[in-house]
Amino acid sequence: MKSTFRIGGVHPHDNKQYSVHQPITECALPTKAIIPLVQHIGAPAQAVVEKGQKVKVGELIAKAGGFVSANIHAPFSGTITKIDTTIDAWGMKMPAIFMDVEGDEWLETIDRSNDIVRKLDYEPKAIIDKVQEAGIVGLGGACFPTHVKLMPPPGKTAEVLIVNGVECEPYLTCDHQLMLEKGEEIIIGIQLLMRALNIPKAIIGIEANKPDAIKHMTALASKVLGIEVKALKLKYPQGGEKQLIDACIRRQVPSGALPIEVGAVVDNVATIYAVYEAVQKNKPLISRVMTVTGKSVAKPGNYDVRFGTPLTDVVALAGGVPEDTGKVIGGGPMMGRAMSNIDMPSNKRVSGLLFLPEAESMRQEITNCVRCGKCVGACPMGLEPWLLSKQAWHSMWDEMEDHNIMDCIECGCCQFTCPSHLPLLDYVRMGKAKVGGLIRARQMANK
Amino acid sequence: MKQLIVSPAPHFHSGDSVRKNMLLVIIALLPAYAVSVWQFGWGALITTAISVAACVLFEWLIAKYILKQKSTIGDLSAVLTGLLLAFNLPSNLPWWIVIIGALVAIGVAKMSFGGLGQNIFNPALVGRVFMLISFPAQMTTWPEAKGFATSYVDATTGATPLAALKTLLDKGATDDKVSDALSALPEMWDILIGKMGGSLGEVSALLLLAGGIFLIATRVITWHIPVSIMATVALFAAVTGWAGLLPESVATGEYVMMTLCTGGMMLGAWFMATDYVTSPMSNCGKLIFGVGIGVIVMVIRTWGAYPEGMSFAILIMNACAPLLNLIRPKRFGEKKKA
Amino acid sequence: MNLILISLAVLGVTGLVAAVLLYLVAQKFKVEEDPRIDEVQEALPGANCGGCGFAGCRAFAEGCVKADSLDGLLCPVGGAPTMKTVGEILGMAVGNIDPKVAVVRCNGTCEARPKTSIYDGAKSCQILHNCYVGESACPFGCLGCGDCVAACEFDAIHMNPETGLPEVDDEKCTSCGKCVSACPRNIIELRKKGPKSRRMVVMCVNKDKGAVARKACTNACIGCSKCQKVCEFDAITIENNLAYIDYNKCRLCRKCEDACPTGAIHAVNFPPRKPKAEAPAAAPAAPKAAPVAKPAVEKPAAEAPVANVEPKQEEAKA
Repeated sequence: MKSTFRIGGVHPHDNKQYSVHQPITECALPTKAIIPLVQHIGAPAQAVVEKGQKVKVGELIAKAGGFVSANIHAPFSGTITKIDTTIDAWGMKMPAIFMDVEGDEWLETIDRSNDIVRKLDYEPKAIIDKVQEAGIVGLGGACFPTHVKLMPPPGKTAEVLIVNGVECEPYLTCDHQLMLEKGEEIIIGIQLLMRALNIPKAIIGIEANKPDAIKHMTALASKVLGIEVKALKLKYPQGGEKQLIDACIRRQVPSGALPIEVGAVVDNVATIYAVYEAVQKNKPLISRVMTVTGKSVAKPGNYDVRFGTPLTDVVALAGGVPEDTGKVIGGGPMMGRAMSNIDMPSNKRVSGLLFLPEAESMRQEITNCVRCGKCVGACPMGLEPWLLSKQAWHSMWDEMEDHNIMDCIECGCCQFTCPSHLPLLDYVRMGKAKVGGLIRARQMANK
Repeated sequence: MKQLIVSPAPHFHSGDSVRKNMLLVIIALLPAYAVSVWQFGWGALITTAISVAACVLFEWLIAKYILKQKSTIGDLSAVLTGLLLAFNLPSNLPWWIVIIGALVAIGVAKMSFGGLGQNIFNPALVGRVFMLISFPAQMTTWPEAKGFATSYVDATTGATPLAALKTLLDKGATDDKVSDALSALPEMWDILIGKMGGSLGEVSALLLLAGGIFLIATRVITWHIPVSIMATVALFAAVTGWAGLLPESVATGEYVMMTLCTGGMMLGAWFMATDYVTSPMSNCGKLIFGVGIGVIVMVIRTWGAYPEGMSFAILIMNACAPLLNLIRPKRFGEKKKA
Repeated sequence: MNLILISLAVLGVTGLVAAVLLYLVAQKFKVEEDPRIDEVQEALPGANCGGCGFAGCRAFAEGCVKADSLDGLLCPVGGAPTMKTVGEILGMAVGNIDPKVAVVRCNGTCEARPKTSIYDGAKSCQILHNCYVGESACPFGCLGCGDCVAACEFDAIHMNPETGLPEVDDEKCTSCGKCVSACPRNIIELRKKGPKSRRMVVMCVNKDKGAVARKACTNACIGCSKCQKVCEFDAITIENNLAYIDYNKCRLCRKCEDACPTGAIHAVNFPPRKPKAEAPAAAPAAPKAAPVAKPAVEKPAAEAPVANVEPKQEEAKA
């Protein structure tokens, strides 16, 4: 019997057929690159290079702006032209480093061979330092700096490492393909993290729609003590941190707490591959696998893209923007953000580009709420989206806080399932931002 | 490049819509309706046609001329109300009473609250109860099921099984009456397939049950309300039997089956109580809602003046639904208070 | 007969006892309240809009009665007449109250501000503001979803479908400030209504550099400071590439309007100028007109604009 999380969830069509099993292809180098300084949750990174400076691939170009922040390394070799602001895919300004790409000259310390390094006898501290130095962030979507997760706060101990190979977002296939191609590296990466956290046990959670990945990873994991592959029933949002923990070890993280509260540390397979590369190959995080997909995309596939490559280049590789495109989504269709332009450079945050045809882009007409309660049934956090969205509409912030708005993980199940096509999550998300601000203001005032 | 469409996530929808849900409920009702037509002939067809047409017409008129909103008849909710209303009527009810009932159902119970989604009470049931109180004679005269031989205007009438049961429960009834009632009780198999007197749509317990299961399978409704109603009713009926409240001639098992399959129990539990608008939203709320209906309906049937009581039970619990919505669903990671 | 008498007596006595009890209890639990609170409340409009900063009209009345002076206390809905009545009731002097009005400081019409994307989410400015720059490239301008329209309790603000911008009805606006707090981009400001509702406003809040602002919207303020140079009353300040007219200093001379290269400065509710005044010569010649214009402005303000138009016509002729 395959397990899954216990509350709510929906079953969107996974639509992974377009790009599944497409081998990971490297994206060609651009001539000019823009490297954003905000590619993670937390403080922006501070540029440490100057205009006119020559850099090599892998050189540090921006330092973490705090503990919860991440280093950024040069993905290309070339000359820094300026440090300025650029417009991101939603039209907002963001600071970035602009550079001209010249050749492809790497730092000598980086091992660029394909040999698998199996050395494991590192000090835990050394692994964590390496992860922090390499600027690794959670590549599952949230981009939370990984080193922070590896240092549990005092009094809390990690018991199990949960590896997220779920990829519950429809359309996306990059993690699936990574597991098939880099399975062995991922297993070594898991062992490194187990060592860093000093725990004997790791569980790899993979959804049932990837039987080949389950088979492949089970075969690899069987050779290593303590690593177990768990096949999970298909249900969205299983890739959510709290849902995955519930599905794998039947423990529910309490409201407002971090996974470490129940002794779990969760990391995505792509993050773990980055850990392997950082520790064994000395290679910082300068690229990631992205899925470019959609019904009308000419060559949907999984592409290894260095950060800073204009998304237009990546799109060109996949056969250009389809004629009938109405919406371009950065990430998957459930939680990704629709882009207002695709001139943005790729970065740690964008796990995929999804082109939706015009016919599927517009929302349906909104009708009255019929109080069917389907949103309540679908909410994986056990909230009442219909009520929260109404409270947000009426600016009832205190009531929203009382109804645990801050528990919302913004997975979109409520809006997905609503037969009246109400923009439930739009309002809930707005209310959550507002209530979060009020709570922070209150905490500041109490200090 | 052309302008892109932007909106916050999610960009994907299940494809569910109010119209689709209403359509599925209507489809689920059709097999039972076919049996009604087979049993009651022209009366069933005429009553249903009048009821549906009147409901749709009234909704359209009120939306257009009184509320001055966009018409909502396209979502099929008025069709469903009309159909459910007809299901609750005797098949030989005079046409003008049906129209008055439709006006009360749509005009008073639904549109005066602001249309679909705003009403507190189930419109079809409000219409039915209004008619039951205003025209008690016509509303409790049940034509015997004789197929197309059943005349619409001048049918021979008989007692419903529940009315017969009610007589049996009455301790003061004379022996004559008891034996009359016993002979009026149909065979179990007839009850299941719907060969008995009663309101238009309530007769075929088996097909109504099948329709309900179809609704659960298509995720239009959840199991909570119907199952909790049926379980409560069955338990209540069994306890009545064991407590010796039944006459010796009726076995407890038979009584339980009879209660579950007659008097609109199936129709009410699967199709009326599960109405989205007037039932609670959380699973816990739904269970309490169902138990409440079960208890009230059995209290009415056992000690009340009416032989059945599904309509009243549902309407009373409808009033409690906003209160039951205050019950919060179990949150993720919520600890039980020690 | 007897029965009727007895019932009457019983009911009468019961009523009497109850009345006495009620009176005694009411006396015992009586809350001493300044009767003037009721009087002041009577004088207020009773909209309970909260525009005064109090929870409602009753709270405002209490605040007025408790206060030592009426400075800083203003019912924006009732304005000067209401405050005068309140002052009379309380025997306090009421300062000079300039009626205010909500002003939407964005003139990024559909033509001036090309759409760069189509928004299809929930129709709320706050939601759009939280996740996107808007449908145009301007990160400061009106989002056009009508949060201000929804917030207004006096039906005083409406979307103009042609420009895609909200418009305030001066007559209906009570300057309660609901729209000001509803706007996530702080575009709406309460400004002095001005004589005959005439006022000068920089209809833009874009703080980007000139070129960037201009690219997003041809009507944007580019911070060129031409208006600041022509202003003789120090009413215009430029900060963050954005001009702002201080309504307390502005004398409505309209020179800045002519000086503005993008048309971001609007003169509201002035009578239409004669076509000649639009001639390009008017702007560079404006400083010369100053001595003529100045005495004119110091006349009762209502006449000022008219006086202002004339010298310019002369200039144009010359």
